[in-house]
Amino acid sequence: MGNPVHERIKQDIGENDVVLYMKGTPVFPQCGFSAAVVGVLTHLGVKFKGINILEDPELRQGIKDFSNWPTIPQLYVKGEFVGGCDIVREMYQSGELAELLQTKGVAVKPAA
Amino acid sequence: MPMNAGEIERLIRESLPDATVRIEDLRGDGDHYAAHVVSAAFKGKTRVQQHQMVYQALKGRMGGELHALALQTSAPD
Repeated sequence: MGNPVHERIKQDIGENDVVLYMKGTPVFPQCGFSAAVVGVLTHLGVKFKGINILEDPELRQGIKDFSNWPTIPQLYVKGEFVGGCDIVREMYQSGELAELLQTKGVAVKPAA
Repeated sequence: MPMNAGEIERLIRESLPDATVRIEDLRGDGDHYAAHVVSAAFKGKTRVQQHQMVYQALKGRMGGELHALALQTSAPD
């Protein structure tokens, strides 16, 4: 209640359809797992907001508590936690991720 | 401090006694593992919930002394 970091997270995932909490930036990821998720989203042609948790120690811990998830990256779609790197990769490979995004009204590049 | 594979398996089976656990040391460095966990406790749970159950079993070590654990979870057929 009233945790300012959690309030900020709620605002970010409320105002942006797709949010990736990551190490580094989409252009310059600083961890292989973050880079992998950026790669998936880029491949799907999804517009997303990348939030660099390395720049903010409070957020770095706060997002882990908020999601009850111990690692970064963390992907949110329409305010809902989708998963970390393993889940995103698995869902991408099975086609579930594109399906989920489309169901939620997020534009996805048609499969080549 | 790296963790050994046996310890990871022990912790998971402590929380999920029926689980079939397979651990791979991906780089042979005791720091990057993959775990495949099959447990009836996962039935009806989302992937996020399944992974959360494994993380809980690892009692805070994930993201700490355990740097990288690629997880794959499922319920038995």
